[in-house]
Amino acid sequence: MAELQMPPKKKRNPLNIAKKSLMAAVVIALYVWTFLGINIDWERAFERMANNFERVIPRLFRPDWNAFDKVLDAMIETLYIAFAGSLMAAILAIPLGFLAANNMTNNRFLTAVGKWILSAVRAFPDLILALLFVVAVGPNPFAGVLAIAIGSTGMLGKLYSEVLESVDMKVVEAMEANGANKLQILFHGVIPQVIPEFLSYAIYRFEVDVRASTILGVVGAGGIGTLIFFASSNRNWNEMGLIILIIIVVVTIIDFISAAIRKRIV
Amino acid sequence: MKKTDTGLLTTGKTPSIYTSKTKSRLLLIFGVVLALYFLSTYQTNSTPGELVIGLPNLFALLAKFFPPNLEVLVASSVVAAFSETIQMAIIATTVAAILCVPLSLLGAQNITTNKYLYGFMRFFLNVLRTIPDIVLALIFVGIFGLGVFPGILALIIFSLGILAKLISETIESVDMNPLEAMQASGAGTIQMIYYGLVPQVLPQFSSLVLYVFEINIRASVVLGLVGAGGIGLVLDQQIRLYNLPNAMAIIIGIFILVVMIEYVSNKIREAIV
Repeated sequence: MAELQMPPKKKRNPLNIAKKSLMAAVVIALYVWTFLGINIDWERAFERMANNFERVIPRLFRPDWNAFDKVLDAMIETLYIAFAGSLMAAILAIPLGFLAANNMTNNRFLTAVGKWILSAVRAFPDLILALLFVVAVGPNPFAGVLAIAIGSTGMLGKLYSEVLESVDMKVVEAMEANGANKLQILFHGVIPQVIPEFLSYAIYRFEVDVRASTILGVVGAGGIGTLIFFASSNRNWNEMGLIILIIIVVVTIIDFISAAIRKRIV
Repeated sequence: MKKTDTGLLTTGKTPSIYTSKTKSRLLLIFGVVLALYFLSTYQTNSTPGELVIGLPNLFALLAKFFPPNLEVLVASSVVAAFSETIQMAIIATTVAAILCVPLSLLGAQNITTNKYLYGFMRFFLNVLRTIPDIVLALIFVGIFGLGVFPGILALIIFSLGILAKLISETIESVDMNPLEAMQASGAGTIQMIYYGLVPQVLPQFSSLVLYVFEINIRASVVLGLVGAGGIGLVLDQQIRLYNLPNAMAIIIGIFILVVMIEYVSNKIREAIV
């Protein structure tokens, strides 16, 4: 009788099993800690919802068009903040990107320092940076520009350094062999290779910064966030509806334009 | 080299690789960008001149945050607020990960073959992603009052948009051959998804969920600034009271938390994918 041949079973490594069960235990412990620790006052929340739902949600869908000029002005200020901030970041990130790229900086210590600075900057949420700068320079758009500039430098520097690490080093070596000096190699060997991608990333970052700068005003750093803050503290949900609508439209347009430009560059 | 008038070598100038048309276009773009920059800096009071004058002042004011009062970090209320931030992110990520499954299936062109449904889902997800998390938090705070619950809801909706988009893109890039083979041998839609799609998507799915968890940690840190629970609330209070060394200690705490979570999540993601 022909016995049914089964494929051989996978060998189970006891170490693997131990690892997996340990991970499962950690995850379970994390969830137990979360659900025991979190303190939600359901009763109060639902009581409030019963009172407020009618007052908030329908009004969000009935935007207050009288505020249109005011909101549009604030949105334009937001775009100014994003533009000034991202351009500053796009320039600031270049030296940091070179520092953090290990084929440009032939020193492992310096590269590590560069990478460390960039990831340290990235770890700060934009809004926290804005809060710091609002305390330092006062509640105005300047604080927003600084927050965007510093916040974006972290990510752009990292992306730049990755682009630099992927350049064709044969060109650089050939130029070196022909006796080109460092500056010549930089201007004729490296920069032409990285310019399109640098630009594309900078434009992409502008897109992200427009989103980020819409909320900076909540902590006083200028732009449309200021109106968001006032609309919510005055419970003016009709105006909030208009603000959200304008943010959605403007952000979508910027995304579209930016994607179109980036497609042409790269 | 001696000058002769026979070879091309001696023409003196090498021709430029760019045509003059490209050059003038580049110049124009450069000019427009520069003009926009000066307009922006003028409108936001951050012209290079003001920057140079303002910087020393800025550093003097930032110095007030130092030295950070690190003792605050072990105070029980701060520890509780930090735990709350992490718990909010965990709950929101879990709920978003569950809710995004149907949404991302509907938003994937190769699964949802109905053009209108797919187009609508895409549009819906794009709109969802343009609403800033803080705005969502403010609306939910307006409805439910201050507390963790509106914060969690805001995080869920915010991360749902990102997660559903990323996962539907993953689904669109799967190998359709096994699914077609299953269809040919008579498998139903659910069977196809479960046996053909899930195994292909699962590693990416877990990696993206972890990535969104990182985003949620950052987001939940700041939600407190508008009263939606977590460490942001404590930070806001300290800054309002002008307790800047305490505030700096909390900012350092946030920094350590974000770096740690990113490190662990990166390690896990490397192991998965």
